[in-house]
Amino acid sequence: MSRIESKDLTRMAVLARLALGEDEISSMTRDLEQILGYVATLEGLDTEGVPPTAQGFELATPLRADVPETPIDPELAVANAPARQGTAFLVPKVLEEEG
Amino acid sequence: MASELDRYEIVIGLEVHTHLKTASKLFSPAPVLYGEEPNHSVHAIDLALPGVLPVLNERVVELAIRLGLAIHGTVNPRSVFARKNYFYPDLPKGYQISQFEDPVVSGGWLEIEVNGKGEGKSASVGNAKTSMRRIGITRAHLEEDAGKSIHDVAIAGRDDSCIDLNRAGVPLLEIVSEPDLRSAQEATAYLRELRAILRYIGVSDADMEKGQFRCDANVSIRPHGSQELGTRTEVKNLNSFSNVEDAIEAEALRQRELIADGGEVVQATMGFDPVRRRTSVQRLKENSDDYRYFPDPDLIPLRIDPAQIEAVRAELPELPGDKRARFESELGLSGYDAGVLTANRGLADFFEQTAKACSAPKAAANWMTRDLLRELKERDVELSEMAITPHILASMIRLIEEGRLTSRNAAQLFPILVSEGGDPEALMIARGLEAVSDSGTIDGFVDAVIAGHSDVVEQIRGGDDKPLNFLMGQVMKASQGKADPGQVRQKLIDKIRG
Repeated sequence: MSRIESKDLTRMAVLARLALGEDEISSMTRDLEQILGYVATLEGLDTEGVPPTAQGFELATPLRADVPETPIDPELAVANAPARQGTAFLVPKVLEEEG
Repeated sequence: MASELDRYEIVIGLEVHTHLKTASKLFSPAPVLYGEEPNHSVHAIDLALPGVLPVLNERVVELAIRLGLAIHGTVNPRSVFARKNYFYPDLPKGYQISQFEDPVVSGGWLEIEVNGKGEGKSASVGNAKTSMRRIGITRAHLEEDAGKSIHDVAIAGRDDSCIDLNRAGVPLLEIVSEPDLRSAQEATAYLRELRAILRYIGVSDADMEKGQFRCDANVSIRPHGSQELGTRTEVKNLNSFSNVEDAIEAEALRQRELIADGGEVVQATMGFDPVRRRTSVQRLKENSDDYRYFPDPDLIPLRIDPAQIEAVRAELPELPGDKRARFESELGLSGYDAGVLTANRGLADFFEQTAKACSAPKAAANWMTRDLLRELKERDVELSEMAITPHILASMIRLIEEGRLTSRNAAQLFPILVSEGGDPEALMIARGLEAVSDSGTIDGFVDAVIAGHSDVVEQIRGGDDKPLNFLMGQVMKASQGKADPGQVRQKLIDKIRG
């Protein structure tokens, strides 16, 4: 039984902005199939009545006081950028609005 | 054609993004500042540098609770931060921290005033019957704002865009309404009410020009009487009330014409061109957005103690809707005056203190809605920038009520009191504007005017009351506006008819 097909992988590659070749897609589909098969062991567990959680332990939400700190030096902020304009990052023009 | 188009009603739901009034960002301690140079208020967390961890700002939690209570919603004891994954240069993490399945606030409503059936652009506002309509709110969730992309060729050049992350990480509440709105006017009424609430409870300054209050509109149309929703489009990034109204009308018209031509509406994200007043497709949603939301492993679910909710509730100020109703029922104001005076909390507080100090709420309302607002508008200033205080306005109104100052002369003093303040009584005396209450003096003016206009007097004796106002004007002029008009009128009638 296959848990993942090459079209799923193609779609994920698009969402992740990855350009994958045909051979990469087929090898990665195989790899992912194995990973999913390994994780599928968990499906054997009885989770009836166990609420879904993304956290392994329950703590109180850590909070911080609303006190601003000195921001990072703008020169330092853009120091590693491939291109800059003043203290702004410079990136190749993006036209389509997303998000 | 027109009747064909009128078969449809507009269905609107609004998504509002409002900046929360905090000193620091949602998950980073960088200060929230407006108008700074690029990247001058960022922290390593906002830059998504390796190894950083977000920590939630406690003030944000309090503000979210306030909003939840103010819109009669449920503040959830447990809510979850999720990652919304997409790629854009002004989002350095590659995901936005938002809330998805478990928002901080679920359900709620606010009430808007609608006239008639809420159709037609501001048709007969003056005498239209108004009623309150309840608009459902689906949810409100916390999320961080993205940075700003500057595409301006003059700044970024032809081939590049500038990225400024000062705004990245600024706390937002996204407030999503039910598709309960039925006209562009109702949509702006909802936005105004929501903005008034946000400002009253100190959750947001909601200044649209600063981008602190932004709106996306989901618009669809359907035949009148239909219960099903039509296919909707989303008009993005509307940044003024007039843009919201124009964009909704333009989009509804586009959809009507499309259907009238035998076409059908396709789910899409629309842009609005305010100059041409047209909407156009920006992006089709055929591949429906896939943001692959999942709970953020860096953040433990937000737990809110019921005791904290109650503590916030106890501190919540009176809301604009409640205040409006109270101004009408307890102070006898018209719906219009009550609406104007509760539009912002500063104005409402000023009014209430004035009304209390002079015991004449209607007079206070009149002076504020007409004269005070006009003065502020002409000078393009805020009330708080002016020297006038509730005490000053109340003193002036008391002088009028006592008959010591005529309304006409009060109108002369008023602009001075607004900008410079001072004691109305002293100013009135210094300028020689105190009303003449001495009966003998007024008799003198009245007798002189009667003697000088015998023809008009005969006309009135003959039963024609119309010229009476002319004679009154003459007496008022002779008294330099200092005589009480009621007293003058009575004396004229007595002397002419007597």
